[in-house]
Amino acid sequence: MPTSRISDRFALAKSENRAVLVAYLMIGDPDLETSYQAMCALRDNGADLIEMGLPFTDPMADGLAIQRAGQRSLKAGTELQHVLQLAARFRAEDKQTPLILMGYANPIHKIGYETFAAQAAASGLDGTIIVDLPPEEDAPLRAAYLAYDLSVIRLATPTTDETRMQTVADGASGFLYYVAVTGVTGGQSADPESLKAGIEMARRISGLPVCVGFGIRTADQARAMAGLADGIVVGSAFVEEAAKAAETGRFNAASQGMGELAKELSMAICTISR
Amino acid sequence: MNRNNTWASWPDEAGRFGDFGGRYVAETLMPLILDLETEYSKAKADPGFNALMDDFWTHYVGRPSPLYFAERLTEHYGRGRIYFKRDELNHTGAHKINNCLGQLLLAKRMGKTRIIAETGAGQHGVATATVCARLGLSCVVFMGATDVERQKPNVFRMKLLGAEIIPVTSGRGTLKDAMNEALRDWVTHIEETFYCIGTAAGPHPYPQMVRDFQSVIGREARAQILDREGRLPDAIMACIGGGSNAIGLFHPFLEDETVQLIGVEAAGHGLDSGAHAAALSGGAPGILHGNKTYLLQDEAGQILDAHSISAGLDYPGIGPEHAFLRDMGRAEYLTCKDEEALEAFQLCARLEGILPALEPAHALARLPDVLDKIPADGLMIMNLCGRGDKDVFSVAEHLGVKL
Repeated sequence: MPTSRISDRFALAKSENRAVLVAYLMIGDPDLETSYQAMCALRDNGADLIEMGLPFTDPMADGLAIQRAGQRSLKAGTELQHVLQLAARFRAEDKQTPLILMGYANPIHKIGYETFAAQAAASGLDGTIIVDLPPEEDAPLRAAYLAYDLSVIRLATPTTDETRMQTVADGASGFLYYVAVTGVTGGQSADPESLKAGIEMARRISGLPVCVGFGIRTADQARAMAGLADGIVVGSAFVEEAAKAAETGRFNAASQGMGELAKELSMAICTISR
Repeated sequence: MNRNNTWASWPDEAGRFGDFGGRYVAETLMPLILDLETEYSKAKADPGFNALMDDFWTHYVGRPSPLYFAERLTEHYGRGRIYFKRDELNHTGAHKINNCLGQLLLAKRMGKTRIIAETGAGQHGVATATVCARLGLSCVVFMGATDVERQKPNVFRMKLLGAEIIPVTSGRGTLKDAMNEALRDWVTHIEETFYCIGTAAGPHPYPQMVRDFQSVIGREARAQILDREGRLPDAIMACIGGGSNAIGLFHPFLEDETVQLIGVEAAGHGLDSGAHAAALSGGAPGILHGNKTYLLQDEAGQILDAHSISAGLDYPGIGPEHAFLRDMGRAEYLTCKDEEALEAFQLCARLEGILPALEPAHALARLPDVLDKIPADGLMIMNLCGRGDKDVFSVAEHLGVKL
């Protein structure tokens, strides 16, 4: 199997004996240029993978922070094509940092999975997390991805038992996204100890790196979770930096705030013993 | 597509009606809906469960609802014979309680203690709160903040019945946002919570389950018309929002291919106005709220807000089985504008002494068109799925009458 940007990055982190930092931002919040600057700032301050949020009118798995970010982005006119163009712009200068598109199925279904796969690959995306395409429904997307080096990143949760984990693992690629709490994004945080067995099972059954997300916002939480998994995902805390910038109208504060947070989190997770 | 199946055998094991339906939910919800599917299958096969439901239907809801010959409307149009299936006579005034009773008896059987529901106009919320009170279950109803303002009597009704109302301000504060919020609540409180969806949509098994519970309408109607007329009707019709009353009427007639099935969607200010709720006639296939179906959406795949004078039809999607029946040509879907529904509402009140809800008034408005499709001595049944008491204030407002 050819190496991909995603597996290369996990291999690099492993060689450095650290977890990866996956940073989520809502593209187009408050505007596309700000998102581009923020992606660069995240990368420059230690984010290993970047999740590019695709806004959707009905984000049923997201808490308030990401709901509002999506609304701001939609209000600014962001569409799937803009997100792909931004990925291409980033990829033109950065050949290493994996880019993951995260969102809901309908905007992608609308243009057709095969068209999307071709455009995503051409834009330099490395994979997708489509929240409302569980294993039962993502076969057409996986088929469309076969011709390209695109990963189907799936979600597992604390309620995923062994049998279900087999289903989740079968056909998953890139890494597994372990949702730490049963709830929406930006909510409470989980007790790391309670996740240990589940994360180990996810890793054993899938053979993929496992990243933990939902409810991680501080350096302490990041450190604790990084001790258990191959990576951590932080979303709402970054999105709130964009929210502040949108409120004050000082858009360039977004990339600065996100960069600072990325630095703090990446420092926290590279100093723990694993 | 596999057509070895009979019409009534859908959905398949993947919860699909042809290409529609499915289980498009976040992984967190997957174990819950798979569990629900298993528990529902067990309950359905349990004579005790069905006997309990029948008992409630008879003594609490007031079933069977009558099949009524609408003599004066028949005279008015001068052709055919028009029957109303009187589901507006049910306890709580609409067909909604058929489904609530089924789902909440199932919830109780599953040991769930907390019921959540979404509501637009408040009819499903009232029915859910009613059955929760009767079964001793706690009830939380999500309702768009705008609807809470517009539907104060129903909000108070739900509170009297012991329900907690949560106004939803996220998104644009409409029915679809209430459904988003209910789904968010469900993933956050998975252990004790049962989500009682109000229409035949959502992830599998909801479209099937809600249809099965509502099919009591069609089973009764079929037996009643055979008893009264000695033959099957030529056409049956119902209004469509999500489509639960229509699929409940249609389903027991699906194999009777001589019976035309006609649904009527809300065209609001007109299909060209952009302000309507006709997902089949003015939408395109897409994915929302757990199922693939026809949706009102823009070119970028973002969901559009629906508009209808009737809050009960004001939803940008449609149950997946209707999407399937439409594409396969088994059912036909017409539309009706706000003003036509208002006229039909008044006509029915004056000629039959029945105030229909604004939802079935949409179907009433298409009666002459459907009569044109059947022989001059043809039989038709329309589901009068709700009563109009709840709409008196908004009708007055639309007619420019100050109360």
